[in-house]
Amino acid sequence: MRVALFLTCVNDALYPDTGRAVVTLLERLGVDVDFPAGQTCCGQPQYNTGYRRETEPLARRMAEVFAGYEYVVTPSGSCAAMVRDNYPRLGARARAEASGTELGRAAEELAPRTVELTEFLVDVLGVTDVGAYFPHTVTYHPSCHGLRLLGLGDRPLRLLRAVRGLTLIELPGAEECCGFGGTFAVKNPAVSTAMGLDKIRNALSTGAEVLCGADNSCLMHLGGLLRRQDRPVRPLHIAEILAATEHERTETVMPA
Amino acid sequence: MSRTFLGMPPFPKAAAVSTRNARLRANLTRATHTIRDKRARAVAELDDWAELRQSGREIKDRTLRHLDHYLLQAEQAVTAAGGTVHWAADAAEANRIVADLVRATGESEVVKVKSMATQEIGLNEALAAEGITAYETDLAELIVQLADDLPSHILVPAIHRNRGEIRDIFRGSMARWGRPAPEGLTDNPAELAEAARLHLREKFLRAKVAVSGANFIVAETGTLVVVESEGNGRMCLTLPETLISVVGIEKLVPSWQDLEVFLQLLPRSSTAERMNPYTSLWTGTTPSDGPSNFHLVLLDNGRSDTLADQVGRQALRCIRCSACLNVCPVYERAGGHAYGSPYPGPIGAILTPQLRGLQNEVDASLPYASSLCGACYEVCPVAIDIPEVLVQLRERVVEQAPGHRLERAAMKSAGWLLDHPAVYSAALRTAGKARGLQPRRLPLPGPAKAWSDSRDLPVLPERPFRDWWNRRDDRNHGHTGKDDAAR
Amino acid sequence: MTSARDRILAKVRAALADVPPGPPDADPPATRAYRTAHTEATGPALLALLAENLADYRAVVHQTTSARLPELLAEILRAHGSRSVAVPADLPPEWLAATHDMTRLIDSPDLTAEQLNGVDSALTGCALAIAETGTIVLDAGPAQGRRMLTLVPDHHICVIRADQVAASLPQALPRLDPTRPQTWISGPSATSDIELERVEGVHGPRRLEVVVVSGRPQ
Repeated sequence: MRVALFLTCVNDALYPDTGRAVVTLLERLGVDVDFPAGQTCCGQPQYNTGYRRETEPLARRMAEVFAGYEYVVTPSGSCAAMVRDNYPRLGARARAEASGTELGRAAEELAPRTVELTEFLVDVLGVTDVGAYFPHTVTYHPSCHGLRLLGLGDRPLRLLRAVRGLTLIELPGAEECCGFGGTFAVKNPAVSTAMGLDKIRNALSTGAEVLCGADNSCLMHLGGLLRRQDRPVRPLHIAEILAATEHERTETVMPA
Repeated sequence: MSRTFLGMPPFPKAAAVSTRNARLRANLTRATHTIRDKRARAVAELDDWAELRQSGREIKDRTLRHLDHYLLQAEQAVTAAGGTVHWAADAAEANRIVADLVRATGESEVVKVKSMATQEIGLNEALAAEGITAYETDLAELIVQLADDLPSHILVPAIHRNRGEIRDIFRGSMARWGRPAPEGLTDNPAELAEAARLHLREKFLRAKVAVSGANFIVAETGTLVVVESEGNGRMCLTLPETLISVVGIEKLVPSWQDLEVFLQLLPRSSTAERMNPYTSLWTGTTPSDGPSNFHLVLLDNGRSDTLADQVGRQALRCIRCSACLNVCPVYERAGGHAYGSPYPGPIGAILTPQLRGLQNEVDASLPYASSLCGACYEVCPVAIDIPEVLVQLRERVVEQAPGHRLERAAMKSAGWLLDHPAVYSAALRTAGKARGLQPRRLPLPGPAKAWSDSRDLPVLPERPFRDWWNRRDDRNHGHTGKDDAAR
Repeated sequence: MTSARDRILAKVRAALADVPPGPPDADPPATRAYRTAHTEATGPALLALLAENLADYRAVVHQTTSARLPELLAEILRAHGSRSVAVPADLPPEWLAATHDMTRLIDSPDLTAEQLNGVDSALTGCALAIAETGTIVLDAGPAQGRRMLTLVPDHHICVIRADQVAASLPQALPRLDPTRPQTWISGPSATSDIELERVEGVHGPRRLEVVVVSGRPQ
C-alpha cells in the first residue's frame, strides 16, 4: 500500500523526529510512504483565527499535492480534523458566496482520504501491536480535536497497551483541554497557561516518565511549560514510541 | 444598586487578573466539577439522548426559520387567553414598557423570578432610576443583589461565591433589604437556604407585581413555561395581581408536544435532574387563580441581527441550561465576570457579540476566549456547534472590528510563504541554521512574548524533516532536486 | 413612526432572506426518533417506579388502598404535628373522615396567601403523575384548588390514584389541557445555588408527601 505522509508544518519545522518515526513505523508495517514535497500548512491557524479567505489557497494546495493517494496519513489529530471538518465547510461557504464549486469538490474529495496516524494503524491496517518496545512509564493526553472531532476513542491507548515494556498510567482529567488552542495560546496567555499548568500537574501526579500525545502542537505548549519549570516529565509523540523497538532505538527515543 | 458590566476590560485582560484569584478558581473548580459529573450521569440514564438532542435542534431551527409566523401565532394565542402582548426592539424600549406597567399599578416594588432577559437589558437599574425597587428572589440572584455583585453563571449567578462568603453576605446585607439574617447563622447550606426563605417570605406575601422571564412560549397555545427549583418562581407567578414576563423572541416552540423534548433536555443538562422540582405553565389569565393582569413583553434586542447570520443563528437555539459553562476549561479558570456580560462561558462568547455587535473591545475579544476544545458542543442539548460559530465570529471580527491590521498583514505574508514551498523550505533551513542563537524567552512584545512569558520555546532542530527525507530519498532513488521541483 | 412590532417583524423577515417563503409546513417536520417512554412497566411496577423516583428527590411516599386512605392521611397529619390543613373545596369528603381536631381552611377566591401562610399542611389530589421522572402535575382541576394552596403551606400532601399515573413525559402531555394553569412538582423545593450542591427546602413546601392509592377509584 502506498500512502502520502501529510506531516504538518509544525512537525516538519520543529519535530522532524516525529516525521522520521512515522516513516520508520509505517515502513516496518509494510507501507510504502511518500512525502509530497509541495506540502506546507493545512491552514488551520489561519482558519481558526478568522482568516477563512487566506485559508482557501492552502486548502487548494493540499488537495493538489495529495491528489491520487489512497490515504493521506498525518500524525496530528488537529490537522486531520482541519481537513476533514473544515475543508468541506470552506467549500460550502465558497459555494454559498457563489465563488465557485471547485474548492468544495476538492475538499470533499480529500477529506475522507485523510486519516490520523492511530486511525490508520487501527482501522486501515488493522493492527494494534505494531511490534514496538519501549520500557518506560507513560501517560497519555488525548488532544481535543482527535478526541472530539475525529472520535479517536481508545485507539491510541490500545496501541500503547500493546507496546512491550511500556507501563501505561491513566492521566487524571485526561479529556480536559491542555490550553494550547493554536493562537489561543498567545491571545489568551493567562488562561492558556493556567490550563496547561493544571494538565502538567495531573501528568506529574502519575509519576510517569513520558507524557505522550498524538499532537505535537499540544506537546509543544506542555513541553514549554515543563521545561520552564524544570520538570522531569518528557513530552513525546506517540509515533516515536510506536517506532521504537529493541533493535532500533533512534536518537529520538529515551535511553532505556 | 447593583453594578453593571459597562466598562469591563477585554477578556484577556480581565482573565489575566481572575485566573490569579485562587479562591475564585477553587470555588469554580469545585462547583463545575460537581455538576458536570452529575450531568453526565443524568444524561446517561436516557438511551435516546442523541435522538432527543437531534429533535431539540430541529424543532428550534424550524422555529427560527419561521420566526415571524410563530411570533404572530403566539401573540394571538396569548391575547385570546387574556394576556396583553408588547413588543420591544431593544433594551430601552423593554425597560420603558415594564416601568410604565409597574407605575400603572401604583406600586413601587416588584418581586422577580430569575431571568436572563432582564439581566441582559439591565431592568433592575432602569426600574431603580424610576424609583421602583426590584427584589431578586432566586437564591443565587439574591446573593448577587445583596453583595452588590455581578452574576457570573447562567444557572447559578453566584457560583463564584462559596458557602462562607454567602453567610457573610447574608449577615452583612440582609438587614438593609428587609428581614435580617437569623442570629448565629452558619455556613451550612440548609441554614443559608432557610435564611433566604425567611427573608423573602414577607416580600412574596405583600408583592402586587412580579417580573419574570420564561424558558419557553408555546406558540400554538400561548402557554409560558418557567422551570425552577426553589419555589420562588411559583411565588412570583402565582401570588401577585400583575405579572410581567419579558421574553426573548427566540424562546418560542411551535407546539405543546414540543415540550416533551425540551422538558427532558433542559433539567438533565442544567441541574442534572430527571426533572426540576417545579415547572409552572400558564396561558393568559385564569379567573381567581393567579395574577389577573398578565403582560408579555417580546424582546428583540439583537436577536434579529443574530438571526441574519446563517452560521451564527444557531446560537438562538440556546435554552440557557449552562451545561457548556460547566464543562468549559476557559470558563472554569477565568470565571464568568471576565466575559463582561450576563451571558458568560462558551454560549456567552457566541451570544454576546451577536446580540451587542462587535464594535467594542470586550465583545470583539469574546470569540477568541476559547481554545476550540469542543467540550461545549459535546454537551449542548440542542447541538449548537459553538466552535463553528466562534470561528465564524472571528472571521467577522477580523473583517469589521478595528485593531487587526498587523495580524492580517502577518497572515497574508505567511499565506504567501506557505503557498511557495521552495521558499518555505529555504526558510525552514535558515531557521535551523540560526538555532544556536535561540533564546528560551523572547524580549520582544507581541505573540512571541505572550508565548514565552510562561513557556520555553521549542528547541529548533538542526534540519527540518524534509531535508532528511530528501537525502534518504536520494539514496533510495538516486535522483535529486525533488524539493526544488515542487510547485 | 412604525410600531416596535412592525420593526421587529420586518427585521426578522429580512434576516430570513435565505428561507424560501411559505408556511412552516413547507419545511419537513422535525424528526422525533426518541422514545415515547423509557419504561415498559405497567400496573404495580409503574407505581413502584413512580414511588422510587419521587423518593429519590426526597419526597416521602406512601402506598395504600382506597379503604385505608382516610386513616393514613390522619396519621400523616398527626405525625407532622399539624393543627390546621388547607383543602380544596371539592376534596372528596371521605379523605378526611378519620381526621379530627384539625382546623380546616377551605380554598376559595377569598382565601389569602397571608392566611395560608399560617396553615400547617395542604392536602390535595392531582391531575396526573409521571412515573419516569417522579413528577406530579396539578392543574387546578378536581380536588386541587388554586395554585397558591399547595405553595404557601410548608407541608403538601398529594394523593395520586393509580389510574392517574403516566409512564413518561411524552405520554403525559396529551392528557393535559394547556389552557389550565399547571404546576409540575418533582420533590420538595430545592436549590443548587450554593456550590452546585442540592439542598432541599427553600420557598415551596419543604416537605412533600405523596400518597399513591392503588386499586380502582371509589
